[in-house]
Amino acid sequence: MAVIKLQRPKLNFGEKIYFGALIKGFILTMTHAVKSLLGKSASADSMASSGLGVTMQFPEQRWDEHLPEYYRGAPALVTDEQGRERCVSCQLCEFICPPKAIKIIPSEIPSDDPWAKVEKRPKEFDIDMIRCIYCGMCEEVCPEQAIFLRKDYLITGLKRADMVHDKKRLYEIGGVRTGLVNKWNELK
Amino acid sequence: MSDTSSATAELTLPKDLAAANGMVNVQIDGVWHQFPKGTRMIEACRKVGTIVPHYCYHPKLSSPGNCRMCLVQMGMPPRSAPGQQPQRDENGYEPIGWMPRPVIACANTVSENMGIRTSGELVEKCREGVMEFLLINHPLDCPICDQAGECRLQEHSVEHGRGASRFVDMKVKKPKNVEIGPRIRLDDERCIMCSRCIRFMDEVAGDPVLGFTQRGTHTTLTVHPGRLLDSNYSLNTADICPVGALTSNDFRFQMRVWFLKETPTIDVNCGTGTNITVWARGNTIHRITPRQNDEVNSTWMPDSHRLNFHYIDGEARFTEPLSKVDAQHQAVSWTDALKTAAAKLKAVSPGQIAIIASGRMTNEELYLTKSLAAQIGSPHLSLVPRFAEPDALLIAADRNPNTTGAKLVLETEDPFAKLDSIREGVRSGQIKALIVLGEDLVTDAGFHFSDLANLDFLVQTQILANPTALAADLVLPAAAFAEKRGSMVNLSGRLQRLNRAVEMPGQARDDWEILRELIIALSGENNDIHLIEDVFKAMAEAVPPFSGLTLSKIGHQGTQVLETGYRIPLLANERAAKAAGRING
Repeated sequence: MAVIKLQRPKLNFGEKIYFGALIKGFILTMTHAVKSLLGKSASADSMASSGLGVTMQFPEQRWDEHLPEYYRGAPALVTDEQGRERCVSCQLCEFICPPKAIKIIPSEIPSDDPWAKVEKRPKEFDIDMIRCIYCGMCEEVCPEQAIFLRKDYLITGLKRADMVHDKKRLYEIGGVRTGLVNKWNELK
Repeated sequence: MSDTSSATAELTLPKDLAAANGMVNVQIDGVWHQFPKGTRMIEACRKVGTIVPHYCYHPKLSSPGNCRMCLVQMGMPPRSAPGQQPQRDENGYEPIGWMPRPVIACANTVSENMGIRTSGELVEKCREGVMEFLLINHPLDCPICDQAGECRLQEHSVEHGRGASRFVDMKVKKPKNVEIGPRIRLDDERCIMCSRCIRFMDEVAGDPVLGFTQRGTHTTLTVHPGRLLDSNYSLNTADICPVGALTSNDFRFQMRVWFLKETPTIDVNCGTGTNITVWARGNTIHRITPRQNDEVNSTWMPDSHRLNFHYIDGEARFTEPLSKVDAQHQAVSWTDALKTAAAKLKAVSPGQIAIIASGRMTNEELYLTKSLAAQIGSPHLSLVPRFAEPDALLIAADRNPNTTGAKLVLETEDPFAKLDSIREGVRSGQIKALIVLGEDLVTDAGFHFSDLANLDFLVQTQILANPTALAADLVLPAAAFAEKRGSMVNLSGRLQRLNRAVEMPGQARDDWEILRELIIALSGENNDIHLIEDVFKAMAEAVPPFSGLTLSKIGHQGTQVLETGYRIPLLANERAAKAAGRING
């Protein structure tokens, strides 16, 4: 690696006493302060601010509609148009999960179930939201398009146990997702 | 050899040097090696570290050569014209004329001056083509297939496949999720027609119930009409199935294999001492598979032994020492339990104490049992015999895994001899205290439950709830075979090692530790045995066949310590097949 020697910039007298810069900064701050009081600060409208600057009054005000498409919130399981739970408990997400937040207990689908040909589904599917780091690897690795990171970011609870999302809760958050590949259908 | 003159060249040519030892020279990927005559090409490649991908070939089964995955390029020296001397390079090898067509490496044997190429355009194209054909009708079941993670088709598809399918037609539909036997599930769509299972059931298990029906793409593996795949060796077919066509009902959907930790250990269900691998995740054992040992079990094991592990994390396990207070068992601490045991045993005269140990105990435990008997001064020490019908393959009549070890360690020809006299002693009241190690007297040793009421003191080490424990004054929770280390000697005299796959539940302790603590509690003085290695060391000094050995020196394949003359029937079959040239391994 080449070594580059940097020269300190030569400062003139005005810059050396830094008093000018102090005043400059003060003026900038005051300009923004006045603008915000007048409701004219940048992106005040788009952020639906409360009138005082860009401060959003959470939780009365939410920025949910500003969440980008790629926002990674809570992971959740989805069902498809036919109401089939898409997860087949292949446990790849459990394997890939960096903080080991996912725990799956697989089970067999009974033969009288309409989707008996899929053979396998999770008996239990727990995601510990205290551990989850919202990395999205579970969604990326899923071969069945069954787990997605939704835009839910308010994951709270009063007990540690509340923070573990079980299968029921995961399907609640996930809901129905359409337009996915339905490889288990009779003919595709 | 390059400096040899033409006059002596005849004698020192590599072909003659090799032939003198019954060997042939073979060039594999450009390097010359020597192999015994008759070696299969695939085995020759394996010996030099080149694994030729294959599905149907199994060293312990015949080679029908039907999967075509092991195609390699082969060459032989060109046939010289009459009277013409063969050309030789400076090392004495003839030039290799490469064949334009590939050959299968599994069913062809090596010959003098043969050349094998396991890579190159021809071979790689062939593999890619075979992979593509195999995947035409293969379902996209990997997410639900138990074989995923240890599937040859997956592995070879990644390594030799083309990545994307060119086929747009419908896949052929075949029966899925078929119960062809009590322990085996068949998925015909996943089958790649390698016929390993068919050959295994025919050649090794001796129960040829599997076969193919239909032709071409519609070839279907099926079980003979009116029959089931219910042999006691059926689960081996799931082991050798390179894909997920045959899977175990017991292991079905329990856990993906990539989560499982493998521990090499041995089976304790009979005197054969089958080598096994225990597959566990966390503290739960999920399955047991046979481990190759050509001196014990080849690569197979019986289903009854393989599935006998669910009790280990069952409801009936003892997890803390129990002491009987007013006819009611109560949990006590180890310190109190051992103190009670020592006090009660000291209150009885040594001649009135008997020890009933188990042939399921390791050598180390038996050695400490002997020390315990010596410490007490009791002459009454016996094991419980456990005999049942043998099968003609791997299951021995002696269902105690360590009878041979007991004979060595206890220095007796019949370790079961004193059981009857102890039983009589208990009945007549001559024996007042009984130490029972890992045995249930009522079901296995011919005692009646009422006999046990005669005793002043009964202590039992055990892992599962049993009638004897009900009568016992003190129950000490011990370790199951997958939870302990130690060594055993099988019927043919091979010293083998148990390894710990999972931890003991609750307060349960290793048997040898319980015995050591009992000895210390009785003698009142400390000894210098702190590790299982220390026990083995002390034992190796006392038992001549073990001298010079340590636990680690035994190795995963075991060490032959004496010749008992016992022959494992399955190995005899296998050696006959090998001598006849039917199999390779």
